[in-house]
Amino acid sequence: MTDAVLGGTGTALINILLLAILFVVAIAIARLRSLFAIVMLSGVYSLVSAAWYILVDAVDVGFTEAAVGAGMSTAVLLGAMLLTARTAKPEKPFSRLGPFIVCLAVGVMLIYATIDLPALGDPTSPANAGVGLTFLQVNWYDTGVPNVVTSVLASYRGFDTLGETAVVFTAGLAVALLLGFGERSLAETLRRSPQPETRPPSVPRDGDAT
Amino acid sequence: MKGDHHMILRVIAKCLIPLILIYAFYVQFHGEVGAGGAFQAGVVLAVALILHSLVFGLTATMRAVPPWFTRALSAVGVLVYAGVGVWAMLNGGAYLEYQALFLEPPGGHDGQHAGIIIIELGVLFAVSGGLSTIFYALAGRVAEIRDEDW
Repeated sequence: MTDAVLGGTGTALINILLLAILFVVAIAIARLRSLFAIVMLSGVYSLVSAAWYILVDAVDVGFTEAAVGAGMSTAVLLGAMLLTARTAKPEKPFSRLGPFIVCLAVGVMLIYATIDLPALGDPTSPANAGVGLTFLQVNWYDTGVPNVVTSVLASYRGFDTLGETAVVFTAGLAVALLLGFGERSLAETLRRSPQPETRPPSVPRDGDAT
Repeated sequence: MKGDHHMILRVIAKCLIPLILIYAFYVQFHGEVGAGGAFQAGVVLAVALILHSLVFGLTATMRAVPPWFTRALSAVGVLVYAGVGVWAMLNGGAYLEYQALFLEPPGGHDGQHAGIIIIELGVLFAVSGGLSTIFYALAGRVAEIRDEDW
């Protein structure tokens, strides 16, 4: 009994801690002007929210958030930031008032909506009692795949996943068509400098392949 | 001395990149029994590539993994995925009906396993190739501007 109570208290404390970090990071992102710091802090935000997802047992979502949000999009945003200025323009006073009111209104509405949500892990909630339960029951006979997430993603909803794959491919294609394939810089570098001029020839090779 | 600035970074990255690649393949092939799957594995693969280019320079990475390869990989991934659907149709099933891959009765799982493994390979190719293409497009452009303007 005490174990359960202590465990619940510990989880609640970690919850509060992670959400507090998220809050502080979000405020810092909103107030900073340096784009580099903002990109890095958004990576931190993703990593902390990934930890929080795992705390609420959404392991796959947390994994994806850590890989895509903290890893991939931080790197892509850094690359995009290098194409533009390093700092955001200073704002006029009171220009934040409108967005602030919108955020406040949306936040109040979301908090109001959480009152109707079922508790975490509630077995009678619609997500656990309806079609989710059916998948858990028929999955083993249908597919023989132990991980229901995989069998739902790849088998029951194969069309969805095909669409998502096509979306990723299309995104890569669109960015490459807009920005070029990045080969011009490669050809340029290869043509101009068999040895990069930034490094003196006395430095031993370090597997740089140049 | 200028080249020595990032020596620790290079040594650590050399140790880390193979581990990241192995982890990506672990996630890929344990998707049926654990968390994660082909999407995450593809992202992790692309992240290993990005780490290599951040530490060793974009040119070295483009020599190792050429841009034409990443975008071809992305297209091949989508084709592999769609091809499994066509394979099922050729056997008389519905599109992407894995049960029809080996013409099994309901309850047979070979087609399910094979279909899922193949489409996950397709997703891995498409995601890692597509994200690498995006990164190459952005990073390659930066290098070009830097050479001309600075």
